Amino acid sequence: MIGSINILDILKPELICAIVRVTPTHYLYVAGIVFCIGLMGVMIRRNAIAILMSIELMLNAVNIVLIAGGRAYGPKTYDASSFVIFIIAVAAAEAIVGLALILAAYRHMKDINIDDMSIMKW
Amino acid sequence: MNPVLPVLIFALPVLSFGITVLIGRYFPLKGASVGILGLVVSFILSCVVFYQLQVDPTRTIDLSVTWLDFGEYTIDLGILIDRFAAVMLVVVTLVSLCVHIYSLGYMKGDRRFTTYYAYLSLFTMSMLGIVISNNLFQLFVFWELVGVSSYLLIGFWFERKPAAMAGMKAFVVCRIGDFGFLIGILSLFVATGTFSFGALFGLSQAGAISSAVLVVGALGIFFGAVGKSAQLPLYVWLPDAMEGPTPVSALIHAATMVAAGVYLVARTLPIFSTVPQIMEVVAWVGGLTALFSATIAVAQVDIKRILAYSTISQLGYMMLACGVGAGASAIFHLSTHAFFKALLFLGAGSVIHSLHTNDIREMGGLFSNMKTTATVFIIGALSLAGFPPFSGFFSKDEIMVSVLESGHVWLYWIVVFTAFLTAFYIFRLIFIAFFGEQSERSKHAEESPKVMTVPMVVLAVLSVVAGWIAIPGVGPGFAEIGGFELHHLHINWSAMGTSFLVVLMGIGVAWAIYSRRFVESRSIYNTFKPISKLLENKWYVDEIYNFFIVQPVIFFSRLLFAFDMVIVDGAVNLAGWLGVRLSKFEGEFDLAVVDGAVNGTAWTARTFGRAVRRIQTGLIQEYVIVASVAILALIIIGYYLM
Repeated sequence: MIGSINILDILKPELICAIVRVTPTHYLYVAGIVFCIGLMGVMIRRNAIAILMSIELMLNAVNIVLIAGGRAYGPKTYDASSFVIFIIAVAAAEAIVGLALILAAYRHMKDINIDDMSIMKW
Repeated sequence: MNPVLPVLIFALPVLSFGITVLIGRYFPLKGASVGILGLVVSFILSCVVFYQLQVDPTRTIDLSVTWLDFGEYTIDLGILIDRFAAVMLVVVTLVSLCVHIYSLGYMKGDRRFTTYYAYLSLFTMSMLGIVISNNLFQLFVFWELVGVSSYLLIGFWFERKPAAMAGMKAFVVCRIGDFGFLIGILSLFVATGTFSFGALFGLSQAGAISSAVLVVGALGIFFGAVGKSAQLPLYVWLPDAMEGPTPVSALIHAATMVAAGVYLVARTLPIFSTVPQIMEVVAWVGGLTALFSATIAVAQVDIKRILAYSTISQLGYMMLACGVGAGASAIFHLSTHAFFKALLFLGAGSVIHSLHTNDIREMGGLFSNMKTTATVFIIGALSLAGFPPFSGFFSKDEIMVSVLESGHVWLYWIVVFTAFLTAFYIFRLIFIAFFGEQSERSKHAEESPKVMTVPMVVLAVLSVVAGWIAIPGVGPGFAEIGGFELHHLHINWSAMGTSFLVVLMGIGVAWAIYSRRFVESRSIYNTFKPISKLLENKWYVDEIYNFFIVQPVIFFSRLLFAFDMVIVDGAVNLAGWLGVRLSKFEGEFDLAVVDGAVNGTAWTARTFGRAVRRIQTGLIQEYVIVASVAILALIIIGYYLM
């Protein structure tokens, strides 16, 4: 499926028309873009809180894939939805733990630059 | 009779021993008061017991309590108090008391005064233990205890080598006898299952014990007595024992301990009487000992040694009396001898205390300066010689008559000749030491203090009167001693006459040679030079023992020692050397191979770890990038491969 994507196709008129009719593939594109933004955020940002926010983005990208997939192909049950609920709950918990860790680190070194938190190497 | 009395007699010295040893120095007279006080009470109680038993012989005590219970056998502790034991109780406590008091003067200022009195109490306790025992086992225990206290007291001045050696000699020689004693006791025990005197006498008299066992038993018991009572051939320790303090010689090596052997034989006479051949041995050993040691005493110059050989000789008399079945005569002589020999030793101690020499040639003319000592010494000498009416005369006469009437003619003449020698050597001593010209030392001699002379006077009185109980009509209740009847209440005039005659001859010869000097003693010495030399050197017995027994034992010990050093130690050292070599080899192996492997592993891990830890930068975003790239790479690879 990824292989069939041709970037220039989006410029064709019939395709533009097709965009109006949203297919599961579109959701995948959105989710892929959001995931990549999140990933880049995690890789590039030095601010710990920004990294945490980027992780949230990545998680939510996965949520989009799950919901779309479950709606389009899955049986008419709530399997995918329940996964998503779990992920949201876990993400909330992770955010709490992550923020608490950042707060503790901040109190310790008056800074939340992730590059400075490398004292445990070796 | 109340059994508490004899137990108390025994218990008081035990108590005073304990007190003197532990806290004696806090008591008056540095602890001596404890021993003396206890002994005074013991002596009084002994007299009460003696008197009660004389009045009513049926009040004998024979009590036992079980001590050890082995199931099949039991060993009892018990007391047997009959008239026989009662006599000994009185003699032991009385002589011991005299010596205790005398020692206050003699041992004055000694550094170990308290210890000395503790030892005396220990000895008195053990001796009383022997006397009151009612079985052989208990008797043996106390027998060994008197041996120990004797050892301690002989070696009391152990800083002097001869004293230490003499103590050791006494102990070892007595051990030889005790070994036989133990064999005798055990063979009787194995055959009968009992140690008790009463049971053993009953069984042996009833013929319930086989004669072989009786022979071994009796011979063993006699051998023990030979060791303790210094008979041939184990007498050699007694003269050396004179290295101890003189009061000790008086108490232990003259009056009481050495008499324990005689007491033992007399006590077990019912066993001996069932084996006549052993009785014969006892009689001959006794007779020959009496003669042999009397001949040695003739040629000695050390005052204490003369008395020591005289003691051996008199013990021979007692043993001889036992051997001819006259137990009462033996005990009678034992009692009188205890008094006059203790007296003689205390007198000798008094002289030594004043002159600081034992050599009678350095004395002479002591009579004028030491009147009391000289008088009592002469009383003791007359009693020893057997001059009527002194006590020794009666007791010795009893023995002579017993021997004569038992039909041992040879032994009788030996005894008579010994009596002559006895009178001769003791008056030789008196004429040389107390009369004649004053020597340099004698001029400065002084009489000993009252605390020493009073006990001597007491003993002197007893030395005179103790024999009178044998006179018919005097003290009829006392005419039997120890349950044995004194042989004859009739008088054998010929025997008495002979003994009186030889005593007179002995004194006369001594007077002629050493007082009037009709014949110069030096010329007699030269005329019979070989014999004189032989006697002066005590028949070379010590040398013979040294050559034939001591040296071989030492040689054999050296041999064993060499064997031990070369072979046994060699094997042990070889094993040790091999062990060390093997261990060293194993150590090398351990270091090189085992440790090498272990260290190699560690080294590998460390080196590798050092190399790869560079990856851990601690920068979390690097990890994320690596992980992402890796996953991407995996996806791409997977896509194209599948």
